[in-house]
Amino acid sequence: MSAIAFPAPDPSILARRPAILAGLAALLPAECLVTSEDERRAFETDGLTAYRQVPLAVVLPRTTEEVSRVMAFLHGQGVKVIPRGAGTSLCGGAIPQPDAVVVGVGKLNRILDLDFANRTARVEAGVTNLAITGAVAHRGFFYAPDPSSQLACTIAGNIAMNSGGAHCLKYGVTTNNVLGVRMVMVDGTVVDIGGQHMDAGGLDLLGLVVGSEGQLGIVTEATVRILRAAEGAQPVLFGFDSVEAAGDTVSAIIGAGIVPVAMEYMDKVAIEICEAFAHAGYPLDVEAMLIIEVEGSPGDMTEQLRKIIAIAREHGVKTIKESRSAAETAAIWKGRKSAFGATGRVADYICMDGTIPTGRLPEVLRRIREITDGYGLKAANVFHAGDGNLHPLVLYNINDPREQEKAEEAGNDILRLCVEVGGCLTGEHGVGIEKRDLMGCQFDRADLDQQMRVRAAFDPAWLLNPAKVFPLDGRLPPEVPARPAAA
Amino acid sequence: MSLHTPTTEAEACAVVAEARAARRPLQLRGGGTRAGLGRPSNATDVLCSAGLTGITLYEPSELVIGARAGTPVRVIEETLAARGQMLPVEPADHRRLYGTAGEPTAGGLVATGASGPRRFAAGAIRDQLIGVRFVNGAGEAIKSGGRVMKNVTGLDLVKLQCGAHGTLGFLTEVVFKVVPRPETALTLALHGLDDARAVAALTLAIGTPFEITGAAHLPGGGPGDAVTLLRLEGFQASVDDRASRLAALLGAFGAAERRDAASAAPLWEGLRDGVALDARPDAAVWRLSVAPTKGPAVAARLAGVAERHAFDWGGGLLWLAVDPAGDAGAAAVRAAVAEAGGHATLVRAPEAVRAAADVFEPPAPALRAVTAAIKASCDPERVLNPGRMYGGV
Repeated sequence: MSAIAFPAPDPSILARRPAILAGLAALLPAECLVTSEDERRAFETDGLTAYRQVPLAVVLPRTTEEVSRVMAFLHGQGVKVIPRGAGTSLCGGAIPQPDAVVVGVGKLNRILDLDFANRTARVEAGVTNLAITGAVAHRGFFYAPDPSSQLACTIAGNIAMNSGGAHCLKYGVTTNNVLGVRMVMVDGTVVDIGGQHMDAGGLDLLGLVVGSEGQLGIVTEATVRILRAAEGAQPVLFGFDSVEAAGDTVSAIIGAGIVPVAMEYMDKVAIEICEAFAHAGYPLDVEAMLIIEVEGSPGDMTEQLRKIIAIAREHGVKTIKESRSAAETAAIWKGRKSAFGATGRVADYICMDGTIPTGRLPEVLRRIREITDGYGLKAANVFHAGDGNLHPLVLYNINDPREQEKAEEAGNDILRLCVEVGGCLTGEHGVGIEKRDLMGCQFDRADLDQQMRVRAAFDPAWLLNPAKVFPLDGRLPPEVPARPAAA
Repeated sequence: MSLHTPTTEAEACAVVAEARAARRPLQLRGGGTRAGLGRPSNATDVLCSAGLTGITLYEPSELVIGARAGTPVRVIEETLAARGQMLPVEPADHRRLYGTAGEPTAGGLVATGASGPRRFAAGAIRDQLIGVRFVNGAGEAIKSGGRVMKNVTGLDLVKLQCGAHGTLGFLTEVVFKVVPRPETALTLALHGLDDARAVAALTLAIGTPFEITGAAHLPGGGPGDAVTLLRLEGFQASVDDRASRLAALLGAFGAAERRDAASAAPLWEGLRDGVALDARPDAAVWRLSVAPTKGPAVAARLAGVAERHAFDWGGGLLWLAVDPAGDAGAAAVRAAVAEAGGHATLVRAPEAVRAAADVFEPPAPALRAVTAAIKASCDPERVLNPGRMYGGV
């Protein structure tokens, strides 16, 4: 059974399906239009596979102009639209609904311009995250945000969800690395926001669009910052006998004025799962593990690592593994980067994504264990320790509906805990459908109403990705005036 | 005219609610140091953040600081410096530019998005701002973001408030990411380069792995006065090593003079505060953002309009001093920016010029409609700094 509700499909749209398909067929060649039941099934879900909805149709336009024509047509018909990148969303951000058309950016996959002097890349939105780095690496450049799904996920999806990654402690997340977008508005109007220059000339609409989860428009092109890579990068792996010692080490490193490019934490359950898969040489006799990566010139890295190792020793580190070769570095990261996939070999799981103030880490990890114990479940904890972005993987059996329900409830309890200690529901995956109904934990009615009114400035009729982000109850339709001032 | 200085957010809500009910617009004010920025206001009532002060949160090990909006930026910087940290953006202090007194405030910094020379490397204020509380035009207290640096929960109203010049809300509290203060800084100075050569040197330097945190060019008043500046920061040994290798790499551009942190600081502060131009006191001042390599061509095109110019952000930020007569060069500047791609702000000009010309980059029609709709969504009766950015918005 499904705990997360979808709105009832609009019967008038379902009844008009043949006319809507005919209209789309007039705008696009056959290879850009997916209508058969079998082929539409390929788009029924995303990374949140427990939920599935077959869409009315799927269109895969090849140009901004085609996206614009499709949007203008669907807008005229009052048809809802679900934007889709690669479909790797972990929060159900790309899950369709039966009365909506999926607009996928998969065929918009050209790199348009690489400008090393201005340190920018202009790409179509269906280009994958890793392909950008791939296109510029020969000149020593890279695109900084590196979500674990970077081989598959598109820049369109990264922009929609404001994706992060392991290295954002130093380089920021998507919103800090995008300079401009070309976007098709809900009525088909094409707008350019930003460009190769820095900052906005008016309101920061770019900042609003990044992370808007496909509710404000369909991004078809992006200009992103590319950065010159550091001369080298080197990870060190620490094993600790206690969660507290690992957490204190992280705080002490930052307190010493060092901001490593990445600080990744894994607990015992996660270490065992990843080691069994990746054979990375992870210590199996510790409670907590940190992977800390520094970068810079050889002298810089040696100096930073010396300071970091001294701090770890002060906090009773049990295992220290310094990488001595590119192969060892790759092995250390392979274990961490494959954490989600490796976990998938041993159990089904839901991946949570709350952020907490890092000072609350030991307490939060203890309470996560109490929560999962209370439901008779297990969790593996993998997360970005420097920024407090937690990824507890709640393990369950997807074929046991009661267990799925318990896992979802445990996940919700964990997210409520993140908010309670001063954090948030989602650090980099987005709200989607998964956290939609928890928004009231983090925001007051007035906060949500303000966000919905801003959303309505772009999409007054709630046609774009309408079942996501905001709870289905209490939505602010355009005809309802702003709430009166508090007395 | 009345001056409101609420001491709590609830009092601020009451002031705005009352203004809304009476349809009486409010001019929002922090320290008043940037009073000459934006289109002139006809609001006679002032809502000031001077009563909302104090650090609300500081966790050095979490790299986060929060303050009520009226807190002087100086207090935030001193608090951070005591723990070896800083705001990464080098907040601009515009008192010299505008000839104003008072103290720049945290809220004013956010509302105007006044990022300094480190912006191209470390991000803008909007990149460092992780949480806000504000009072919307309906008199409601609204929060967005929070105190953690990774947060994608809901629409990012934090960025929307940053640089909105108080047109979308009266800020009551802001929360920033911070960074460790570098142990030392060193500036390499190249002399006598023309604009194109200078920006070529800056481009070459920023394209290295040496982590440049300042890249500016001051053409100076006469031939041979030009100085091109590149700043390196970090641990002493690392800075020395990178400076040597960078100087060698830039050999074709002439010998690089080394300036220590103290001797270079006034130059970077001048760039940060918009006074490196050394414009005459009554000159109008423009600030243009373009792709860095396009800076020299834009400057050349505007040579007939600009009395002086200066580059920051590797060439991408172009400051111009122009004669304040007529439209203060607006038509020429807008045309040059439209061709190059980018935006221009008339940051200083007589009130009559700012009332007649566009101060901020005019958005394309579809985006102007969105801008107006967002304004209406936050401030339906247009009581918060109406018309400060755009007429009718």
